[in-house]
Amino acid sequence: MSRLNDANIKIALEIISHYPRPKSALIPLLHLAQEQNGYVTREAMVHLGELVGVTSAEVYGTASFYEMFRFEPVGKYLVNICGTMSCALMGAGDLMHHAEQKLGVKAGGTTADGMFTLAHAECQAACTEAPTLQVNYRFRYKVTNSDFDTLIDDLKSGRLSDEIPSHGVVARIRQRIPADRGVGAIAPELATENPAWMNGKAAL
Amino acid sequence: MDEWKGSVMTAAIRYPHATGFVAGDRPKIVTSRFEHADSFTLERFLATGGYAGLRKALERAATDVHEEVKSATVLGRGGAGFPAGTKWGLTPQQVFPKYLVVNGDESEPGTYKDRLLMECDPHQLIEGCLIACYAAGLSQCFLYIRGEMALAQERVAVALNEAYAAGYVGKNILGSKFSVDIVLHWGAGAYVVGEETALIESLEGNRGMPRLKPPFFPAANGLYGQPTIVNNVETLANLPWLMVNGSEAYTAIGTKTSPGTRMVAVSGHVKNPGVFEIINGTTTFRDLIYGAEFCGGILNDNELKAFVPGGGSAPWFTADQLDLPFEASQVGPAGSMLGSGAIMVMDSTTDIPAAALTLTHFYAHESCGKCTPCREGGTWLERILTRIVNGTGTEADLQQIFEVGAMICPGDFPNASNEKLGLAAVPFPYKMTTICFVGPSAFAPLHSAITLFRSEFEARLVKRISIPVTAVSTPSAVLA
Amino acid sequence: MTTLDSSDTTPEVVVDPNAVSVTINGKVVAARKGEMIIAAADRTDDFIPRFCYHPRMEPVGMCRQCLVEVVGPRGPMMVVSCMTPVADGQVVNTATEGVKKAQEGMLELLLANHPLDCPVCDKGGECPLQDQAFSHGPGESRFVEEKRHYEKPIAISENVYLDRERCILCDRCTRFADEVAGDALISFTSRGNNTQVMTFPDEPFSSYFSGNTVQICPVGALTAKPYRFKARPWDIEHVESTCTTCSVGCRTVVQSSRDELVRYQGVDSQPVNWGWLCDKGRFNFESINSKDRLTTPLIKDASGNLSATSWSVAIDSAARMVRTALLSSPQSVAIIGGARGTNEDAFAWAQLANALGVDSRDSQLADGLPPQVFSLPQATIADIDTAKTIILLAPDLKEELPVLYLRVRRAAEKRTGRVVEVSPRATGLAGKAWKKVHVEPGKTAAALRALSTDAAFTAQLASGSVVVIVGRMNLAESEESVVYALAEVLHMAPHATVLPVLRRANVRGAITAGLTPRNGGKSTAEILEAAAAGKIECLVLLGADPLSDVPDADLARRGISGARNIIAIDTFITQSSALADIVLPAAAYGEKEGTTTNIEGRISNVAQSITPVGTSRPDWMIAVELGAATSHDLGFASYNEVHAAMISGVSEFASAVDTHAVEHDGVIVAHPTPITLTRADGASIERNSYDYRAVVSRKLYDNAIGTAKSPSLATLGVASAIIVNPLDVPRIGAQVGESVRVTSPRGTIVMPLQESVDVLRGTAWLPINLGGSDVRELLDVTKDVIDLKIEKMS
Repeated sequence: MSRLNDANIKIALEIISHYPRPKSALIPLLHLAQEQNGYVTREAMVHLGELVGVTSAEVYGTASFYEMFRFEPVGKYLVNICGTMSCALMGAGDLMHHAEQKLGVKAGGTTADGMFTLAHAECQAACTEAPTLQVNYRFRYKVTNSDFDTLIDDLKSGRLSDEIPSHGVVARIRQRIPADRGVGAIAPELATENPAWMNGKAAL
Repeated sequence: MDEWKGSVMTAAIRYPHATGFVAGDRPKIVTSRFEHADSFTLERFLATGGYAGLRKALERAATDVHEEVKSATVLGRGGAGFPAGTKWGLTPQQVFPKYLVVNGDESEPGTYKDRLLMECDPHQLIEGCLIACYAAGLSQCFLYIRGEMALAQERVAVALNEAYAAGYVGKNILGSKFSVDIVLHWGAGAYVVGEETALIESLEGNRGMPRLKPPFFPAANGLYGQPTIVNNVETLANLPWLMVNGSEAYTAIGTKTSPGTRMVAVSGHVKNPGVFEIINGTTTFRDLIYGAEFCGGILNDNELKAFVPGGGSAPWFTADQLDLPFEASQVGPAGSMLGSGAIMVMDSTTDIPAAALTLTHFYAHESCGKCTPCREGGTWLERILTRIVNGTGTEADLQQIFEVGAMICPGDFPNASNEKLGLAAVPFPYKMTTICFVGPSAFAPLHSAITLFRSEFEARLVKRISIPVTAVSTPSAVLA
Repeated sequence: MTTLDSSDTTPEVVVDPNAVSVTINGKVVAARKGEMIIAAADRTDDFIPRFCYHPRMEPVGMCRQCLVEVVGPRGPMMVVSCMTPVADGQVVNTATEGVKKAQEGMLELLLANHPLDCPVCDKGGECPLQDQAFSHGPGESRFVEEKRHYEKPIAISENVYLDRERCILCDRCTRFADEVAGDALISFTSRGNNTQVMTFPDEPFSSYFSGNTVQICPVGALTAKPYRFKARPWDIEHVESTCTTCSVGCRTVVQSSRDELVRYQGVDSQPVNWGWLCDKGRFNFESINSKDRLTTPLIKDASGNLSATSWSVAIDSAARMVRTALLSSPQSVAIIGGARGTNEDAFAWAQLANALGVDSRDSQLADGLPPQVFSLPQATIADIDTAKTIILLAPDLKEELPVLYLRVRRAAEKRTGRVVEVSPRATGLAGKAWKKVHVEPGKTAAALRALSTDAAFTAQLASGSVVVIVGRMNLAESEESVVYALAEVLHMAPHATVLPVLRRANVRGAITAGLTPRNGGKSTAEILEAAAAGKIECLVLLGADPLSDVPDADLARRGISGARNIIAIDTFITQSSALADIVLPAAAYGEKEGTTTNIEGRISNVAQSITPVGTSRPDWMIAVELGAATSHDLGFASYNEVHAAMISGVSEFASAVDTHAVEHDGVIVAHPTPITLTRADGASIERNSYDYRAVVSRKLYDNAIGTAKSPSLATLGVASAIIVNPLDVPRIGAQVGESVRVTSPRGTIVMPLQESVDVLRGTAWLPINLGGSDVRELLDVTKDVIDLKIEKMS
């Protein structure tokens, strides 16, 4: 039973309501499914297809295009070490080597206790802080080998559980559009008027 | 959800301060609040002139605001450098609704600025979005943030929730007739989605595969087939300042063709890597790499070997181009591009083939798979190069790289001039057989690296000693 | 085009505003605005290589093979010709050095990861990749790396296999599935160099149209189980023909090898099928090759068993039966069937019936419409493309006339017209309908009459042309109710044209040729009733199987057992032919030539590809022989003679004299003088609230002989069930899946209960002619509607 649970169905419907077409919500909903189970389950994809009105094959087609979605369980902490140019120039290769030693798994592997999955990552947009890594998409900058060891120890001991949620949770805050403030998403074929303020006069 | 709210707002988030952007006495258009630790809060934003630009805009007719942006020539900061005001004007007059899609999918190697703008000053971006929607008559805004940027997503979500509650976004903004929703959308890890048509595909819930332009010029045929403006985060972040200070003040900074400031990330082998808001059009690469207020020179005072002037897709420069200013009209003819404001510096210790491989691998890996040359050619290039880097490549492999490259980019490929090698500049851009630039980008670093540092590749090749068959005499002892 | 409006003015030149002229390789080509360069170039001798481009789908510009140079203000620009529209004065070059190099490069890249297993690939010899690698490729590959590897091949459905190593990712199959068929059950997955076409795990590509993806695959990535390793393209003989599985009349190529049918391929006929076929029509060639085919005449021997005999004995015995029956009265002879054969077959049998004075002949099996519907203003299939409103007063097109479904679906999808679905349950087009009129059987005409006060609806009807697709949407409802409903629609939209959709392949041709009651002759139901009463001495079953096909099991049973003698002309032993006194083996589709008439009255040819099995022969020839044996010379003795006699003897068929047209897109029959329908009172028939009103219709894969005898199709059908609205399930008290007792005034059967929101409350949907309980046991063709009791088993 890994369709969306009732609480998440409510969230899903709210997300869908933000878009003029339901399918637009698909990637956020896949994140929601991954948040619920740590990875995107088969049943969740079927469920999302029902929610946005597309086939499961289309859901999987979209989901499998994007690297963040996992279709098998991964470690509680996904450690992505950047290996693109700036990080490579600043020692990402050595860091990855050290990480493999420290965790006892090769890049792509998961530790036996299910705590860590180590992975190569591409440019993380923190090039001036090379070498960088992300744990469940939380940054660490200018990472030395001993920084890495400390990080792993802190994660193991739970000292970072406040800052770094388990795999699947990305943003911990959702956008809420209050009913009395939102304009509301309208299907494009139903919103065919020039907006009210486009009449050559100041809006205020 | 709300239960998380406390921790995000109060927990000690190790603030990702890149050094650099608070140093120096330069005009600050988009990074003025970065010096404050609480720059991302609504309180700080309002205390430092926040939403004044929006109010100014709403006091004028939308067309006036549009004109103001047009006359300021706010160049797109995503890579192509197309003026935002002109772009808005390209939508068909009588087709509604029109949409704004904010491109916050920053992922070009070397590029690091949009994430800072979203994390450090989300309200400034929101204000910019509102001004754009107002001026161009856009009915709904989708703010697409790269999937891996958790903090940026959280900061923008909080900011949007605050802005809705305070009446800055949504129905009848500031009590006016102007109403627009800004929807926070986020991706899931695919570089190519930074291309505007792929971004739209992704926002429609599809695989992020670029569409051919034409017929899919977003301004005419974008999100859901409607006119759509796709603007970069930094581009929009310029608008509040522009509204408050006016286009004359804006164009007083920088050059006529490249007014205002730009955010530039300088990374790699420099003493003080950082993200800098620089004066557009006049600051030179030498200033950035060697200047005391910027990077302060090469790491360990080594020699500069080469640098990438505009993100991983850009052909490389060497010391010969250090004195070029950050000005598209000069960098293009010199054989490269400014792209997304990202400089990556390689010093004399750099293993050039290995460095080129990280980029070629990147683009091969990030190919969406739509166009044959990119899907097949990118991986082919990566495999040949891997062979060379591992010491098992041959001379023919080196030649084959150019043959495969020509299948992606027929004709002359841009390169910088080089006095020592006697190379003349081949100006940007290249021709391409693909829909988008991902395919050519897999070849660009390789082309530069081999053209400028051929001996480093040749040194890696397997040396086969050719022995003519007829010349081999078989010792009679063996025959016996 | 010039027009002259009066003698003293100069001719006024009318210029087509959409006409443009482009120069392709120095030749001037006339084109239309919006057309792509590649389409314009296809009208010249210069072939632009392509893989992803398909003229019946939206271009994607994905394979990049069709790059050409367009001369622009800044010199020649390389563009993809499949997505670059023509422009007036445009200069295009498709063979410059630059273009050649780009095209060669593209082929080298496409071949980089493509396995070189052409000798064992079904596509080898007819493969666009192979052909274009020869014509536009570089001649050799410099790719020395290991190629991509995937498990090969994998079954993505019962009949389609996917070899991902061969796939060049052109997006044709996936686009077809989504855009044309609306069954997006395959999709690209993963990304970049790992992109592959896949289904969702455990959700096969079970589309009625899956075979089309095999046909349009430009490599051997998709292959069809019924054809895999059957033949090589250079050993195949091709003839162009018309599919007669249903009455849409899709144009096909029938392919045989060593006198055995091996494959059908769709032909792109603009007025009919655009190259598409349904899987049932595509794969049922297997039944023609079935070892169960009748190969010799059979005659009932002394012990009452059918045993083989010679044609002369069989024909003599049949003639004796007919003569004996005629002695008592011409009314004691009757012919049922004829819709499965060609126009010529039907014509010959109609001529024989005329000669014998037999007036009771009917090619409809109590499941059709009165022939007067052909006398209403007729619509063509292509009219669907331009109609503003398409009213479905018809069975589920997806299940019964699948390729017609594609055409209507496209009109809705492209928003060229709005679909109004009038039906007792949601059909395959419900999701595309602008308006759904779901109404309980017996109340359709009344519901439509009520719609005349719906302003939006009447405005829609008035907005332009209206096509009404009319057929038997419910076999448990009388044909009159359809006519009444149609009369209401035509009253509201007098400008509407009608597309009658009778499903059996050549029913329109057979009726037109004369196999319909005349001079007060009996219809099928009346013939069977008369037979049951002992009034039929000799019953001829011309490819008809009343025990399986007539939607009233009791009537069929009584009729067949009451007929004194039965002569069956058939390709198989069926339930009914098994009870015949004489069975004559008929040549089947592909074994004979002729013409057929589709739903819109389009006459096109069916071609002979192989020799008839055993001693079987065409129906028309059997008519000639039976005529001779009863001393009636029908005046023709060869196919050409019967064809000529038909054209001159049946005025509606006169246009078939254009042989070239008949062998390509076909010609439309001449229409009889139009009539108008009279409206009935529109009273609705009330239902006892405890009962469920029966909705009986067909599924694509049922027990039809062509399906049952084709191994690749036989397993695709589902078993009988009674399907009700989920809200009615608690009232019945049984669980979904549990067997329930279903009782009509005619009988009781037991079948599983299922639920579907497509079914209206208070009604029950019973797909007919499936495995399991026989729904026809509940039906009574004399009743306007059938109400059922559904009870939990004790």
